[in-house]
Formats: sequence, C-alpha cells, structure tokens
Amino acid sequence: MPPIPGSGLAKGLAVTLRTMTKRTVTAQYPDVQPELPPRTRGVIGLFEENCTVCMLCARECPDWCIYIDSHKETTPPAAPGGRERSRNVLDRFAIDFALCMYCGICIEVCPFDALFWSPEFEYAETDIHELTHERDKLREWMWTVPEPPALDPGAEEPKEIAAARKTADKLQAQEEREAQEAREAREAQGPAEDRSDRAAGQEGQE
Amino acid sequence: MNDVLDVALRLVIVFAVFMVVPLVVGQAEHKVMAHMQGRLGPMYAGGFHGWAQLVADGVKFAQKEDVVPADADRRIFQLAPAVALLPYLLVILAIPIGPSEGAVGQVIDAGIFFVLAVMGVGVLGSLMAGWASANKFSLLGGLRTAAQLLAYELPMLLAAASVAMAAGTVSLPGILNAFEWWWLPWQIVGALVFFVAGLAELQRPPFDMPVADSEIIFGAYTEYTGLRFALFLLAEYAGIVVLCGLTTVLFLGGWHGPFGEDGLGWVWTLLKTGVLAFVVIWLRVTYPRLREDQLQKLAWTTLIPLALAQIALTGIVKVAIN
Repeated sequence: MPPIPGSGLAKGLAVTLRTMTKRTVTAQYPDVQPELPPRTRGVIGLFEENCTVCMLCARECPDWCIYIDSHKETTPPAAPGGRERSRNVLDRFAIDFALCMYCGICIEVCPFDALFWSPEFEYAETDIHELTHERDKLREWMWTVPEPPALDPGAEEPKEIAAARKTADKLQAQEEREAQEAREAREAQGPAEDRSDRAAGQEGQE
Repeated sequence: MNDVLDVALRLVIVFAVFMVVPLVVGQAEHKVMAHMQGRLGPMYAGGFHGWAQLVADGVKFAQKEDVVPADADRRIFQLAPAVALLPYLLVILAIPIGPSEGAVGQVIDAGIFFVLAVMGVGVLGSLMAGWASANKFSLLGGLRTAAQLLAYELPMLLAAASVAMAAGTVSLPGILNAFEWWWLPWQIVGALVFFVAGLAELQRPPFDMPVADSEIIFGAYTEYTGLRFALFLLAEYAGIVVLCGLTTVLFLGGWHGPFGEDGLGWVWTLLKTGVLAFVVIWLRVTYPRLREDQLQKLAWTTLIPLALAQIALTGIVKVAIN
C-alpha cells in the first residue's frame, strides 16, 4: 500500500514533539559534574611506594612523555657477615600530559601496580609547560583512583587472594593438627587428673 | 484633551506590545527549539532558565560597530531595517484583540486591504538591503525575496478574500463580529493556505531560501552588523506575531471561544496567537529548507489552486445560505 500523502510530514512533526517531551541530554558540566563510567581514562596516577624504577613504563611509552630519574642506594647487610644490598630510589617521576596520548600502555606494562587510571580530568593549564606533572601531583591523583570493579559472578579468584587463602588454609590446618595432637597427648597421659579437676569444680560451685 | 490622551495611550500600549511580544516569541523559539532537539537552550542570562537571553543579545548588538560597506548605497542601506520593521508595527495597530472598541489600536474600515498591503511593504526592506549592500550574496538573497513575495502574496490575498466574502466585509472587527464556529471547517483550506503563504512571506524555515546561510551566507542581511541587524531579526519575530495574529483574527475567530467571550475575549486571541506561534517554531525545527524551485512550485501549483477552490467553495456556500 502506498503511504498516505503527507504522512511523512506528520511523522516529522511527531518526532520533534516527542523529543520535546523527553529529558534533554545537555550536560550542565561546570554546574553538574559528569557521571563518568568506570575505567575512565582521565589522568594517570602514580602509586610511588610500589615503583621500583624499572623504567618499563618510560621505555614502552610511544611518545616518550614519562621522565624518570633515580639513584642507587646500598643498604647494610641484614645479618652479620651478609652481603650489602643495593636498591633504586626514585628521584623524579613526571608525565608530560601535553604529549601523553592516553594509550595506557604504561599502566598495562607496569609489573608492580604503580600506575593507575584516575577519572580526574580537570587539570587544564594556560601554559603547555605546566602540563608536565611531577610525582607529588601524580601521587595526589592516586586518591581519586576508584576501587577496581567487582569481579563477574563465577569468575576465577584473583591470584593474590588465591595464594593468600592457600597460606591461610595451610596455617589453619597446621594449627588444628597441633591442637589435635595436644589433646590426644593429654588424654593418653591421665584421665584421672581430668576427673579430679572436674570434682574440684563441682565442689566450688556448691 | 481627552482624545489626545486616548490616542497617546493607545500608541504607547501598541508600542509596548510591539516591543515585548516579539521578544517573548523569540525566547520561546530559543527554548522550544532547544527542547525539540534534546537540548536545554539558554540557561544563564537573567539567572532563571536564561529568560533574559534576548535582552543580553540586544545589549551585545547595541555595542557592535555599525559598518556600512564602502560601495554600498549608503542611505538605502541604512534605511532598509526601518522599512522592514515599521510595517509590522502599523499592522499590529489594526489587529483587534477583543470585542470592545478599546481592544484595537485603530479601527480601519478596509482592514484586510490595509493589513496585507502594509505587510507586503515589510518585504521591501529585504529587497532594499539586498540591492544596496553591493554584495553578490545579498543581491541573490534580495532577488529570492522578490520572487518569493511575488509567488506568495497571491495565495495569501486569495485566502483572505475568501474570508472577506464569507463575512461580507473587509473590516477586521467586522469579520470577527460575523464569525460563527462553523466557519472553522468551512475556511480550513483557506486558513492553511494563508498560514503557509505567510510563513513564506516572512522567510521563515522551511521557506528561508532568501537567507539560506549554507548557500548565500545570510542573503540580504549579509553585510549588516550591530543594531541594524538586530532590527532585521526583530522584524522577523514581529512578523511571526503579526502573521499569527492575522490568522487568528481571519480564520480562528479571534476573541470567540467556548466561554467567557465578553470579559476574557483578549485572552482567547492571545492564546490562539501563542499556539500558532508555537506551530511556526515547530515547523522550523521539523522541516529542512525547500529548494528555490520547489518553493515556486508549491506556490503556483498547490497553494493558488487551493485558494481558488476555497473561494469557489465560499461562494457556493454563501449563495446556498442566502
């Protein structure tokens, strides 16, 4: 059946009228903060306590926007006669957000979980040089990093938790075994002692 | 003395209406258009939902430099915005909004003739602007305006003539006094033709080829800045008010309503005008611009035959009644 002449025009009017009754999609940004999805790529935060200055992030960065300086420190041996240990100490960690293309490779590649995505995005500057943010600023952004999203139902347990649980289970089993052994040892030694104890308790109650 | 006071008061009221109502329509256009597109529209000016946006725009326009192109026909160029705007003021003077003697600026016996003739003058402003700007785009816009005026003045006149025939008078209050509710279905085709032709004459979308910004920048208004440009914009909104008011008076029964005609007739007029203004905005949001040839085709092959058919129908019914 051919369409009724003018039905297209009426349909157009209906569309605009229906849109008028719906909620608008305008984001009133400076007045109302946007609701960002989880894993938003706003800025990169540095958890510097975890950083070992392995330089993997700086080497993998496609546009070379990560600056890392460090020096080596030696710590005295833990036990007398032991060997001195050396470790790297972070002096400078800076990301030039004027160069960064928010690919997130540095975060993926970090083996020590020292870099994180934060949804924070309001760090515009009036001078491009001020977009190079140093470690104190990057550390501050760590406070805005959201909790990792919950696992899917039925997902495999994270490795860390599995390992921790294994250790805990092992410890508990050992404790139980020891307690069991102790009880058995006590029962084998003297049931008489036990009985006299119980009698004394009853007397005390009366 | 009393007469002078009366005239002065009427003029002041008409002028106030002329300055306020087009701004209200403009603000409504901002908000309605925004919401029809899923946006919010102006939200800051004036504090509450941007109610003072057009006031702010006016202040902005007043601060801008008034540029006249070097090769322009200076006097015509400067006169054009006034020619575009003033006719609508004169038309508002003649539109009755209530049944009593005091509810119209000036009763004119040949009301329809006066109103349509003066509305046609308004388009001359665009023509003058297009010719005087010394700019090819302006000239194209001006010529398109002229072609549009020629094509759409005719169906508009024919549709209005149908109502005049039905009422047996060309006075606007006279037409309203003769109005009966069944004129509404009787004259519906004429009303549609009148409204569409009026839209085209005001160069409102979807009939805005003379200012088609994607083709000829802004047509006749390309070279205008500051207050003179603002006057052209104001003329467009005043034109909407006038067109909606006229359609209300001629076809929708003006102050007649289901109840409260005696005291609240002017409310009915304003209400109908407001609804029509909403429809004008609604059409603008919904439809894309017609092509220049489609515009001419619509006028000559659709609107004029429809208007003629309406006149024939009016004549037949009129004779049958008598």
